[in-house]
Amino acid sequence: MRRLADLYEALDQTTSTNAKVDALVRYFQQAPPEDAAWALYFLTGQKLKRLLTTKLLVGWTQELTGIPGWLFEEVYASVGDLAEVIALLLDALERPAETEELPLSVWLEQRLLPLRNLDAAEQRERVVSWWKAMPRRELFLLNKMLTGELRVGVSATLVIRAVAQVAGLPPPSVAHRLMGTWTPTPAFFQQLVSPDVSDGHSSRPYPFYLASPLEQPPESLGDLADWQVEWKWDGIRGQLIRRQGGVYLWSRGEELITERFPEISEAAAALPEGTVLDGEVLAYEDGRPLPFALLQRRIGRQKLTPKVLAEAPAAFIVYDLLELGGKDVRELPLRERRAKLEALLKDRPRFPISPSVQAASWEELAKARGEARERNVEGFMLKRRDSAYLTGRKRGDWWKWKIDPFTVDAVLLYAHPGHGRRSSLYTDYTFAVWNGTELQPVTKAYSGLTDEEIGRLDRWIRAHTKEKYGPVRSVEPEQVFELHFEGIQASPRHKSGVALRFPRIARWRTDKKPQDADSLDTLKELLDARG
Amino acid sequence: MVTVELPRYLNEALSSSQSLPLITVTPQGLYCAPGHFHIDPWRPVERALITHAHGDHARGGSHRYLGARAGEGLLHRRLGADSVIDTLEYGERLSINDVTVSFHPAGHVLGSAQIRLEHQGEVWVVSGDYKRAPDPTCAPFEVVRCNTFITEATFGLPIYRWDDTRLVAEDILKWWDANRATGRASVLFCYALGKAQRILAELARLTDRPAYVHGALHSLVAVYREAGVHMIPTQLVSEVEKGTSFAGALVLAPPSAGGSTWMRRFGEYETGFASGWMRVRGNRRRRGFDRGFVLSDHADWPDLLRTVADTQAERVLVTHGYTDPLAHYLRDSGVDAAPLATPFEGEAED
Ligand SMILES: [Zn+2]
Ligand SMILES: [Zn+2]
Repeated sequence: MRRLADLYEALDQTTSTNAKVDALVRYFQQAPPEDAAWALYFLTGQKLKRLLTTKLLVGWTQELTGIPGWLFEEVYASVGDLAEVIALLLDALERPAETEELPLSVWLEQRLLPLRNLDAAEQRERVVSWWKAMPRRELFLLNKMLTGELRVGVSATLVIRAVAQVAGLPPPSVAHRLMGTWTPTPAFFQQLVSPDVSDGHSSRPYPFYLASPLEQPPESLGDLADWQVEWKWDGIRGQLIRRQGGVYLWSRGEELITERFPEISEAAAALPEGTVLDGEVLAYEDGRPLPFALLQRRIGRQKLTPKVLAEAPAAFIVYDLLELGGKDVRELPLRERRAKLEALLKDRPRFPISPSVQAASWEELAKARGEARERNVEGFMLKRRDSAYLTGRKRGDWWKWKIDPFTVDAVLLYAHPGHGRRSSLYTDYTFAVWNGTELQPVTKAYSGLTDEEIGRLDRWIRAHTKEKYGPVRSVEPEQVFELHFEGIQASPRHKSGVALRFPRIARWRTDKKPQDADSLDTLKELLDARG
Repeated sequence: MVTVELPRYLNEALSSSQSLPLITVTPQGLYCAPGHFHIDPWRPVERALITHAHGDHARGGSHRYLGARAGEGLLHRRLGADSVIDTLEYGERLSINDVTVSFHPAGHVLGSAQIRLEHQGEVWVVSGDYKRAPDPTCAPFEVVRCNTFITEATFGLPIYRWDDTRLVAEDILKWWDANRATGRASVLFCYALGKAQRILAELARLTDRPAYVHGALHSLVAVYREAGVHMIPTQLVSEVEKGTSFAGALVLAPPSAGGSTWMRRFGEYETGFASGWMRVRGNRRRRGFDRGFVLSDHADWPDLLRTVADTQAERVLVTHGYTDPLAHYLRDSGVDAAPLATPFEGEAED
């Protein structure tokens, strides 16, 4: 525990990146693997579930120090960190000059985790006896662990750099080995720093490289010719691995989703051994992506019946090549990876490559961005042609240039029957927002719901009709929908005073109540903001 | 004993004010009506008694000042050479219109004093700022028994407890050594009057390596040296020849120098801040210092309580800092205590 306190203090006491890495390296060189594994657990942002309630800890502190409740509150208000308040107040206790030192793993495995199975009296007895025999720095860390909020101010990148330095491995290998779920055991740590690079985990994905949102004008990126431009697909970012006879599909959330998309994994079995692809899982039909909602519904399904598969067929649109012939190619420049990718997938129509968008200038590209909506994409991805495939969100080489729709939460007020094939259903709707205590209709919208949702809503409308005006029905103001739209204008012709451009239904917000809907004032603020 | 005569009409006016407390708060500051003088006034007055030379206690513009002799040099620096400053030795008594006043060491900074007032058998003590921890740069705090004690409460919360100053000085030296080993300068921010000299004096027990000081500290260091305080050798930063490397050097500067262009000359450096506020981690992190050294010239929580008890005061007025919590806590412990609102700043940098 003392070693961890030294590390915590060293990290806390410097703003220099190199000094932080040095402190981490020192720690990992000295700590036995069973401790290092736990330290790594906390350093990578994982947390123990809270072992004790803060109320208990506060109560014991007050008993030990005689600090009344109001004064404890006062102190807490000035410090703002409970673990620290307790550690500072307990300084009033007499402590032995020499304190017992136990390794971190012993603290966690033999002392802290077993607390869960004890009753409050026994918990008190143990915690108080530890408090009385610990120096303040360690007591502070102990409290952080007890309350499940131990966080160390250091980025994953620095931790990886330090471990890599200790292990004599390239940082990407360490990052790779830290992917997925792991438990803080000595075996795990030893394997992490093991120089043997042929470690058997054939399923393990590479860390994803994430694009940063483009906040400056695209012209600032320099010559367009240096950039590969792709549509930004709205699906599930994934990594498809074909290794040692197996196929694994990982989501960006490090979840294995191979089973959820049998059509993708079956097709992937035909890829050559030792291939890893970065891409996007999309609901996809006839060379066109379908709305994200379809994919989402498919994920929600327990059983993948043939009907579900037919309704939302999925495809893996390929962005990048990470491993070829069992070799990590992430360090190659994008233009070379792209050439190898095209060669690899030339005769494999099941794996379409995300096409690059051609434009003569940034200006022309900006115009093309307008097509994004029709294509069911979210904007553009801009990737520097000579960029390596990095890890995490490193700014500079990959940007996402999104078109953000405006959104408003509105209440369904009127329903209108559809046309043609859908004339027997209520498919067109009028939505309202709050104007003071009244709901003011602001827009009509019809696209965006799936057939299944339209059916469900149709039944609800019929059961909750208030009045009929010819074909139109007014309904109970109960259902909230998230609407997306492209623009807003002042309009004297509308009673609300505003008109929305291209409104559509993004989501049926069954989680919201009518009072959660937006107000007309909020919409009018957009008007002001957009001139 | 020296006696000061007031015009008769004033004496008569004041003799009718016997039911008033000996000290009240007026727009000018703490006011002793029977003595017709102010203590640490924040606006110009006729006659000001000054506890110590810090800016929130010693302000210019008053007609006459009275302070402790040990602080004379600092008071002249603070108030200007033209100010009329009378002084008394610690413990020496002076009658001012029927009120007997004397100055007693407060242990806060060089020449700092508590002011004792006695009028018709009743004794009040205004603590000014004080600490109980030993300090090689000034006379130690003296307990003065009184009926009413006006105490400061800069660090009036139970989280504030100070470690032994010698341990803090060792930490500072270790930090300096570590930075020397990596060729970096150590820029230590501290209050220019008192804290800086205390650090230089504490370090003198451990080393005789010289340190650089910012201009704001330099002349104050000289006053301390004149008063016979032993400190490590110092040199003014601006007197260093252009192009001299500060690698491995210790530099003392006021916090206001942080982030200024003045810092550029030090090349690679680490920053530290020596202050009681550094006891709380968030205070250091918010201000972006690499290191915080918990070192204060004010009493910590246990010493505030101890001092109140030592004075045996029947009534305690609390000013400066965490006045409400300390007064509340004292009341709960059976002491007649109340906060006293004053615009003293509570030593944001100390
Ligand atoms: Zn002061
Ligand atoms: Zn003060």
